[in-house]
Amino acid sequence: MKVIVDKDACVGSGQCVLAAEDVFDQDDDGIAVLLQENPSEERAEDVRQAAAVCPALAIRIEG
Amino acid sequence: MAAPVETDPNAVPEYPQPRDGRCPFAPAPGVRDLQSRAPLTRVRLWDGSTPWLVTRYEDYRALLADPRLSADATKDGYPSPSAGLKARRSTNPTFISMDDPEHARLRRMVTAPFAIKRVEALRPRVQRIVDDLVDDLLAGPKPVDLVEAFALPTPSLVICELLGVPYTDHDFFQQNSRVLVKRDATAEESMAAQARLIEYIDDLIARKTTEPADDLLSSLAARVNDGELTRARAASMGMLLLVAGHETTANMIALGTLALLENPAQLALLRDSEDPKFVAGAVEELLRYLTITHMGRRRVALEDIEHGGQTIRAGEGVVLAGEAGNWDPEVFDAPDRLDLTRDARRHVAFGFGVHQCLGQPLARVELQVAYPTLLRRVPGLRLATSVDEVPFKHDGQVYGVYELPVTW
Ligand code: SF4
Repeated sequence: MKVIVDKDACVGSGQCVLAAEDVFDQDDDGIAVLLQENPSEERAEDVRQAAAVCPALAIRIEG
Repeated sequence: MAAPVETDPNAVPEYPQPRDGRCPFAPAPGVRDLQSRAPLTRVRLWDGSTPWLVTRYEDYRALLADPRLSADATKDGYPSPSAGLKARRSTNPTFISMDDPEHARLRRMVTAPFAIKRVEALRPRVQRIVDDLVDDLLAGPKPVDLVEAFALPTPSLVICELLGVPYTDHDFFQQNSRVLVKRDATAEESMAAQARLIEYIDDLIARKTTEPADDLLSSLAARVNDGELTRARAASMGMLLLVAGHETTANMIALGTLALLENPAQLALLRDSEDPKFVAGAVEELLRYLTITHMGRRRVALEDIEHGGQTIRAGEGVVLAGEAGNWDPEVFDAPDRLDLTRDARRHVAFGFGVHQCLGQPLARVELQVAYPTLLRRVPGLRLATSVDEVPFKHDGQVYGVYELPVTW
């Protein structure tokens, strides 16, 4: 699974960090930072949850 | 008393409608009925305008994420939920009623303190605030109004610290905020309350320009100094955060506590859980179940949009009812059941799209601390009146209770 975050779209809601804090973080302005581009299969569900709750549709998952 | 329910199927029903006094936590029955009929229906607002109403979860998310719908309250056709809001929105816009890129530029100036780690670092401080309030509650007389003694001071103290607003002024700003969220406030009353609040915040920002502290108003003052932001914009933004920061969470604390008291088995689950994950999940379910912003999010179409077998014409208003979306049976099984064990994280209590609530991480921490602390430390907590005597905010822009007399 490959994760892509569109930082320009991000509104800093922090929902992705709540869903998967080992995969997403926030920078000093609250904008999302991707910690793992290819999270393991075990993390797939939480990462999908992150993408589903991102209000700005800034998280895309491939594969 | 509830207003008579519209019975003629061809008539355009009013929105918002009061929730049913016999089932005070559920969205208005008339709105739930519209949800079962069609994805888009027409409703009539206070001023006679008839925008589209969106009541289903998937439509709510799809349309709020659609950039063809504008949040600009000054555009013709924008649906205004009350005379007060209509008057205020067009004179002092904040980023909640702007579109990108200006919306994004301004919003990003205030996102930093609401980042998850920054908010988590505040958790011990929130716990101390809540503990002190419970100490006072236990030492004081009973019965007591839980709104006044606990639900309102908790988020007020927190947002004051975060913004750098002296809590000693709370009578002043709480009174004025109350006018802003009252649906029946006239345009004049609403404008006057807003002007007082803006002047107050502007004063604080002016002081922080020369004597900055480690708070959000100081960081806005610094941006004013740098020429990134006008004083007027900074003051409106500060006011928005102050009002939004305490009104909403206060209503969630009081109404949520009442919902738990009415559902003792669920209350016991939350009171007795040692698992922070469970507590966090329980708060999400309470947010879903109660959806206190019950006058809908509002947008106006910038171009024709085909949706749900209808065409939303350019210039037409759209009202999106999150309280109905959160009770969509297609998404939440048996939505009328408060079930703290369900996974409710997809709820839209904070809205959706780029305008989704900025303060949600802080609200979550406040609620995760407030409910369990109150329930554990006041184990005999109970309503000191009957539920039909509780004054619900049917007329408010934010739903909740005006008072919650409790004893233990
Ligand atoms: S959930 Fe989306 S909008 Fe929120 S911080 Fe993460 S990427 Fe940004």
